[in-house]
Amino acid sequence: MATVAKEWREIPARYNLEGSECGNCNRKYFPKRSMCPFCRRNGFGKMHPYQVSRKGKVFTFSVIHEAPDCNRSLKPYAVAMVRTDDGLLISGQLVDVDLLKIEIGMRVRSVLRKLDEDGASGVIHYGFKFVPDL
Amino acid sequence: MREVAIVGTGVTKFGELWDKSFRSIGIEAGIKAIEDAGMSGSEVDGIFIGNMSSRFINQQHIDALIADYSGMATRNVPAVRTEAGGASGGVAFRQGVMAVASGMHEAVLVGGAEKMTDLDDASTASVMDSTADAEWEASMGLTLTSLYAMITRRLIYEGTATREEIASFAVNAHKHGALNPNAQYKSPITLDTVLRSGPVAEPLNVFDCAPYSDGAAAVVMVPLDVAKKMGVDYVKVVAACQASDTLALFQREDITTFKATTAAAKEAYRIAGIEPKDISVAEVHDDYTVGGIMALQDLGFFKKGDAGKAVLEGQVEIGGKIAVNTSGGLKARGYPVGASGVAQVVEIADQLRNKADKRQVANAKYGLAQSVGGTGSAVTVSILEAI
Repeated sequence: MATVAKEWREIPARYNLEGSECGNCNRKYFPKRSMCPFCRRNGFGKMHPYQVSRKGKVFTFSVIHEAPDCNRSLKPYAVAMVRTDDGLLISGQLVDVDLLKIEIGMRVRSVLRKLDEDGASGVIHYGFKFVPDL
Repeated sequence: MREVAIVGTGVTKFGELWDKSFRSIGIEAGIKAIEDAGMSGSEVDGIFIGNMSSRFINQQHIDALIADYSGMATRNVPAVRTEAGGASGGVAFRQGVMAVASGMHEAVLVGGAEKMTDLDDASTASVMDSTADAEWEASMGLTLTSLYAMITRRLIYEGTATREEIASFAVNAHKHGALNPNAQYKSPITLDTVLRSGPVAEPLNVFDCAPYSDGAAAVVMVPLDVAKKMGVDYVKVVAACQASDTLALFQREDITTFKATTAAAKEAYRIAGIEPKDISVAEVHDDYTVGGIMALQDLGFFKKGDAGKAVLEGQVEIGGKIAVNTSGGLKARGYPVGASGVAQVVEIADQLRNKADKRQVANAKYGLAQSVGGTGSAVTVSILEAI
């Protein structure tokens, strides 16, 4: 079982889609990085928190039928890569949707949901998922 | 740098080897390779072993285990374990090539081994999922299969390949696997078998996915000058290249090509001084059918948009334009992860030494092996030449 710290330190990104912006080249990243992979040394120490857009479009998706144990009760469930309105690509689950009506290009927004839990008495993990943006 | 040759190969049967332990399959492949090289084993002064996950058998320190049970520890021969997800074996091979080329070692044994069926399927799948980004892909509910499924959907959406063309990669794999006595699956299948099998992550079905397997493979390498005097069949290693990309698929501009494959291939062709059309036989990483289609394009064998059609038309069968995955590939031969990259090299080396029996490709001069970790985060491309 993982410690609480492992989940706690990722809360800004998991709950609020907080990423990073490079103060040198202005490239944006999700999840956060402590160094811009393009500016490298020149950008080190210049990475700032960046709020990723909560809205976007489905870039591609899949409906999962064979899932890990922690998500067994969700089967079948949808996952997607979403192109956010500010141009980033992010992966997550797509919920509250008719699995037969998901399409590339469909408008979605991020919401906070339960992801999974560490057994019956462990920590419950929360994070973003996507829902149709009607 | 010295030129390097493969002088011996060995491979176990791939499959659900319930009667065999990790240590026994690892040793079996190594002994076969040393026998094939006509050596006693005491010549070996270095071991490199590709092994993906300690979680399958709950054993860290695989390098020491192999050194011990292969009898190399009695001579205190150093052993190194490499891990790069699905490319673990490919990386081990490259480390072995570098060890001999540099002059640091005179005879190395490169092995690849994995024992996956000691763990239940769901747990094994979770281990595979952690070759993607565990924090931002797997933890969010994505599986490795779903990542390849999303690539598949994008390829189809962009008009690069049809669902049928992608599925046909598994038909080719099984056709060849039927000719390989060591393959996990020796039954030919049809397109319908793939398309009508149960969904794993839409649009990918069970028959689009390589199985979980047990198995091991090994090669023995020495300097080319030494190989010439050994009196055994050998092949020359002309290139062993490796490239990296982002860990998470969503951090890429284009998910329908693996830049690590194109980069490693470009370097390999440059070093070998050849072009893709000079390759007669290739083993590519078809952990998923779509991975095979992408490999054919990224390695330059077919233009983007032509690979799927070529596979469906039988152009990658033995006797076709280029023989691809003559061993059965990961799909039909089986996919003991860490063994895979080394087993590919074994197949190419055997093809180039005319030792591939019923699967023999005629007059092959150059062969290529491509091994992929995660969703193309690490890729090795190696080229061998017949002597």
